[in-house]
Amino acid sequence: MPETIIEIRNLSVWYGNFHAIRDVTLPIYRNAITAIIGPSGCGKSTLLRSLNRMNELIPGVRTTGEVLYQGQNIYAPGVDPVSVRRRIGMVFQKPNPFPKSIYENIAWGVRINGFRGSKAELDAVVENALRQAALWDEVKHKLHESGFSLSGGQQQRLCIARTIALRPEVILMDEPASALDPIATLRIEELMQELKKDFTIVVVTHNMQQAARVSDYTAMMMLAEETRTGTVIEFGETQKIFTHPSDKRTEDYVTGRFG
Amino acid sequence: MSTANPFSENAEHLRRRHLKGALLAGLAFLAILLAMIVLVTLLIDVFLDGLPWLRPQLFTNFPSRFPEKAGLRSALQGSFWLMILTALMAIPVGIASAIYLEEYAPQTALTRWIEINISNLAGVPSIIYGLLGLGLFVRGLGLGRSLLAGALTMSLLILPIIIVASREALRAVPRSLREAAIALGATPWQVIRDHALQYAMPGILTGIILAMSRAVGETAPLITIGALTYIAFDLRGPLDIFTVLPIQIFNWVSLPQKDFQRLAAAGIIVLLGFTLLMNALAIFLRNRLRQRW
Repeated sequence: MPETIIEIRNLSVWYGNFHAIRDVTLPIYRNAITAIIGPSGCGKSTLLRSLNRMNELIPGVRTTGEVLYQGQNIYAPGVDPVSVRRRIGMVFQKPNPFPKSIYENIAWGVRINGFRGSKAELDAVVENALRQAALWDEVKHKLHESGFSLSGGQQQRLCIARTIALRPEVILMDEPASALDPIATLRIEELMQELKKDFTIVVVTHNMQQAARVSDYTAMMMLAEETRTGTVIEFGETQKIFTHPSDKRTEDYVTGRFG
Repeated sequence: MSTANPFSENAEHLRRRHLKGALLAGLAFLAILLAMIVLVTLLIDVFLDGLPWLRPQLFTNFPSRFPEKAGLRSALQGSFWLMILTALMAIPVGIASAIYLEEYAPQTALTRWIEINISNLAGVPSIIYGLLGLGLFVRGLGLGRSLLAGALTMSLLILPIIIVASREALRAVPRSLREAAIALGATPWQVIRDHALQYAMPGILTGIILAMSRAVGETAPLITIGALTYIAFDLRGPLDIFTVLPIQIFNWVSLPQKDFQRLAAAGIIVLLGFTLLMNALAIFLRNRLRQRW
């Protein structure tokens, strides 16, 4: 049995009076890629953003239940969301590099988290992160140019490099390739395979083939007909979800009959 | 055999639509022409009157009852130091207030009430600020008719402008930029200091330009607090009495001699130059910030 790094228990999220997701209970396994799939508006991103308390930035949000990270509930009183996000990083749908140099894009996060090393040590951290994000060879000669001078796919890998430079345990990815062309998408997927050796990845995707290609585990989400509230209807090894789903709705969805 | 033009249908209707567009463009052009004519007439008139009087003495001499000896020395000093002191007080307080309201303040009825009042304050007639300054700084704090009292009054006057502009600039910071920083484990203050403020800085500077340009031309509140019009010595400190360019100009305009009218025109040219210089500096700073990435 693989080791569980995050245990989601009875998680519910409301936006004001709107009940967005209900009673989600789900394990996230260490050094594996877990995909969250499901039709639009079923709460995939809400679930993902609840895992490092990014959801709290939205006014009027309310969360109940538990997200146990290595046994500790991240919603417990006394847990600072800043330190949660330091351990559970996030990559967004649209590449969002800082309006700074490629070097600074990575160095900033390292510095604000209390890095006190020398310039040479920081250089090494930046280089390692870029290497691990498979971006180093493309940018090593222009580290001090703007992050915006890169292509969309390179920008997204820069955002991944920025995240892994902090050595988090878990990386949450919210449709990380949906704004990219097929070749850039492929590179991100290959990168994810490399990264899972060192990190745990949870990825939200609209793209069924992508989920089947990259993930080890899949959680299928669905809206309840009458309440419009999303929940996880099936979870398991990706291969099983895509070949022998136990829920009829999952089968319809992964075979493209709706959604 | 002629081929039918496939675009010919409804040609008459299309012609009328284009005509309407051209008519409106013409009206809009007339409007700008009118504004330009008034401005250019004003400038020509001022320059014709004032240019011969724009001599070195104008900058080095104190006011005098003889027009050929009179200058703007004390008014220039007053305006210069008034701007410096006002900027030093209003800019930090204004930006800090904007940061608090936009980034930290809980969205309560009290916060909204404060916000509405600040927006309203931006539209309060300046003479009201003069009366407030007279009561609070000149009399209440016992600062007298000093440069400091004037700068404090001016600061109050432009504070709402700076706050409103800074808040709008902070609100325009893209959510994706904030999220990127927060997801790296940044504290709210680190996000504000390194990203939100930097992104908003061009907008904040625009607000400061507007505010300072307003302050340099304001006369009413300074007259109210008793900024003297005849000062024949150098400014010795922030608690000294003072005068400013618009007050000196006003004083000269109100004198009967024709030469003082011309001197006033020269003063207007100096004031215009002063304002332009300040704006140019701020625009230069803003563009440098924008060009970084």
